[in-house]
Amino acid sequence: MEALRNYFLPPAKTAIAEQYDALFWFVHISSLVLTIAIVIAIIYFIIKYRRKSENDVTPVITHNNKLEVTWSVIPLILCLVLFGWGFQTYVDMSTAPDDAYEVNVTAQKWLWRFQYKSGASTTGELHVPAGRPVKLIMSSQDVIHSFFVPDFRIKQDVVPGRYTQVWFNAREPGESIVFCTEYCGTDHSNMMAKVIVHEPEEFAKWIEENSGSATKPTDLAPAEWGEQLVQQNACDTCHSVDGSQLTGPTWQGKFGSQEQLTDGSSVTVDENYIRESILEPGANIVQGYQNVMPSYQGQLNDEQISAIVEYIKTLK
Amino acid sequence: MATAEASPKMKKVQVRRYKPDENAETNYLNVESGIWSWLSTKDHKRIGIMYLISLAIFFMAGGILALGIRIELWTPAATFIEADTYNQLFTLHGAIMIFLFLVPSVPTVLGNFFLPMQIGAKDVAFPRLNLASYYLYAAGATLMLWAIISGGVDTGWTFYTPYSTSTGGAVTWMVMGIFVIGFSSILTGLNFIVTIHKMRAPGITWSKLSLFCWSLYATSIIQILATPVLAITLALVAMERILGIGIFDPALGGDPVLFQHFFWFYSHPAVYIMIVPGFGIVSEIVTTFSKKTIFGYWAIAMSSLAIAFIGFLVWGHHMFVSGQASLASMVFSFLSFMVGIPTGIKMFNWLATMYKGSISLKTPMLYILSFFFLFTVGGLTGIALATIAIDVHLHDTYYVVAHFHFVMVGGMVTAFLAGMHYWWPKMSGKMYNEMLGKISCLFVFVGFNVTFLPQFVMGAQGMPRRYFNYIDQFQSFHQVSTIGAMILGVGFLMVFYNLIHSIYKGKKAPPNPWGSRGLEWQVASPAPPHNFEHTPVIVHGPYDYHKPMADFQLGLAETNGHDPAYGAEIEADKKLKIEDQ
Repeated sequence: MEALRNYFLPPAKTAIAEQYDALFWFVHISSLVLTIAIVIAIIYFIIKYRRKSENDVTPVITHNNKLEVTWSVIPLILCLVLFGWGFQTYVDMSTAPDDAYEVNVTAQKWLWRFQYKSGASTTGELHVPAGRPVKLIMSSQDVIHSFFVPDFRIKQDVVPGRYTQVWFNAREPGESIVFCTEYCGTDHSNMMAKVIVHEPEEFAKWIEENSGSATKPTDLAPAEWGEQLVQQNACDTCHSVDGSQLTGPTWQGKFGSQEQLTDGSSVTVDENYIRESILEPGANIVQGYQNVMPSYQGQLNDEQISAIVEYIKTLK
Repeated sequence: MATAEASPKMKKVQVRRYKPDENAETNYLNVESGIWSWLSTKDHKRIGIMYLISLAIFFMAGGILALGIRIELWTPAATFIEADTYNQLFTLHGAIMIFLFLVPSVPTVLGNFFLPMQIGAKDVAFPRLNLASYYLYAAGATLMLWAIISGGVDTGWTFYTPYSTSTGGAVTWMVMGIFVIGFSSILTGLNFIVTIHKMRAPGITWSKLSLFCWSLYATSIIQILATPVLAITLALVAMERILGIGIFDPALGGDPVLFQHFFWFYSHPAVYIMIVPGFGIVSEIVTTFSKKTIFGYWAIAMSSLAIAFIGFLVWGHHMFVSGQASLASMVFSFLSFMVGIPTGIKMFNWLATMYKGSISLKTPMLYILSFFFLFTVGGLTGIALATIAIDVHLHDTYYVVAHFHFVMVGGMVTAFLAGMHYWWPKMSGKMYNEMLGKISCLFVFVGFNVTFLPQFVMGAQGMPRRYFNYIDQFQSFHQVSTIGAMILGVGFLMVFYNLIHSIYKGKKAPPNPWGSRGLEWQVASPAPPHNFEHTPVIVHGPYDYHKPMADFQLGLAETNGHDPAYGAEIEADKKLKIEDQ
């Protein structure tokens, strides 16, 4: 039974998800019963009433009011039950408790960025405490995206020009995947993120450590910190470090190379070009690539940019 | 000579029996020849055949695109194409299948061909307009093809803003193509409504109208009322792209969600444009092959109209997670359940029609049985999706993909294939191979289920739609689905082969191979150039299998041409006397 349940649905990691699953199974099991009944009726009829001769005479049955009322009213009642139950669950799903921990979410092609109250910010990873309601206040920088966590049974479109909200309360520490479910172009299917649920104390510690991430941790070399920043900011969604072709140019062997630009001129990839490409990505586009990268102005400080440059230098 | 005795107040009408000619020499196919005779034809039957050829080509193109999608999804990463190509593939698959195949399919092919015949008319009300509809369709299709060649489109068939207004490619050409095709659809709907109102032969009262005609009537109403909204919406998208008017662009104060409201205001009713004519086909075939009068004639006829009407009020169920107000979602959810009721009523009526029937499992009936199963699954998963909370998790996942393919392919295409086999003898004058017909039906049924049943499961597991890459856990589902798509493709090719082959090698079709009471079967096969050489007179309903066949072959004895004055008299006459001399 448990195995069957897991076959059809992802694990339920919130109380709402369990509430959801009960409704899901009610609908599907009653549908299954009805489908089987219809199939049995069809098979029975085609065997019992198969044509015996071309001169078969059939009875004239034009209608039967009692029967018709029955098969209209029973489905109607079932539908009303489903409607009420579905709406009630929906209200629970969409009403965040007042004490929810708020995180701002920005979606853009093709990454998720999360900003916490403390000033910390992450890309591609949402860190939350276990056992506490979390409310996401979301908006998009470009086209419509949609925030979907199967384990929590939540989904909400993220629309440019307005805020939308979604909330959840993850019970246990662990990881869950986030998908973008509103088609948004080339890397739509790579626009994923992770929800990382911590024990409350661990989360408090994480927040404390990451709020100051604007300065280099003392135990890391600049290039190592750069590598960390690249992962945190999901640069590697579009820029490979092993020479493979993604949406943007690979970084392997890029530092010091000559690149042809879309306006016909060429440029040597040095510290200044990389810095410009991070802060004003559209200024000088390498030939063969689209102008799709968002600006990181205000999200990466000079020290961080220098660290990323150091990291790119190591990619020979 | 037979005489219909009218009640004393009524004038007597002389009718006689017109047995269909077994060996007619001229028919609509050979009455004229040459390409020009086709391109300039005003014959509803020939226009239907022209649509059939065009639709078959587009169905095949859309099918090949679908196979491309399925093959790409064989592995979680790139299999043989890039992400951008994949995005174009699913966009074109959707756009071609919806706008060039599903929406026009039944009305333009089978409707054009059989609606006038079923009401005893010589043609539709506006034959020239009918031809114009075809050319609008062809022009729109050409624009769409131009869009594909001149840059492609990667927006998905739904053209959601602001993606569609900001992406590259030939979106503007594409939406203009659909804009033009919309007019074809509107004019066909208009033509059918007028034809049904004004062209019915004497005796065909509203209660004796075939259920296929009723379904086309309901469909036509939706086509006329909903399609203009699509046209306006797409025109706005084009203007947004060309002029930047800012209706949908939030940067200019527009609202991207407004587009979704506009789009689904057409596109949800459009689902009923696609499926309701399929219901009409089911009613025709289930009675013929059960040799039994339809159960609940009025319930079926009126439920088509109910679906058409309520179908206008449910568009918001595509937008439960778009950010629309909870109150709006609640109302849309409620109304969506209300569409389910008349649909369920139809299912039960068809089943009841089979009860105590004389059921013959010829190919068309096999397709109908497979329709019953597939449409039940499609309909019930629709009920699940109408439940707001359940939709939140399933929205934009493969569950939805599977659901609408069950309704559109399992329901609509299956019904269309049933109709094609059923009416093929009348259209081509030849019998297809029955054994091959049954085998191909089996392939289509099995292939379809293998393709789409796994998609329900992976959708519920969280696999989003329109994904080029996917996480490894879904691979086995995708592979089963791809294998199913291959089987389905083979099934369709077999159908195609069987029908084409029969034109050259098939047995000659008798006028009424299924023993149907339908009026279209009371003339020679293939259909005569002007359908009826006489004015048919109808005294029984189209499903009165308890009445002798001769009663369905009556026509005015003297006058030729339609004179509605006679209609009223025959209608009032309940005591028809046939005296064969």
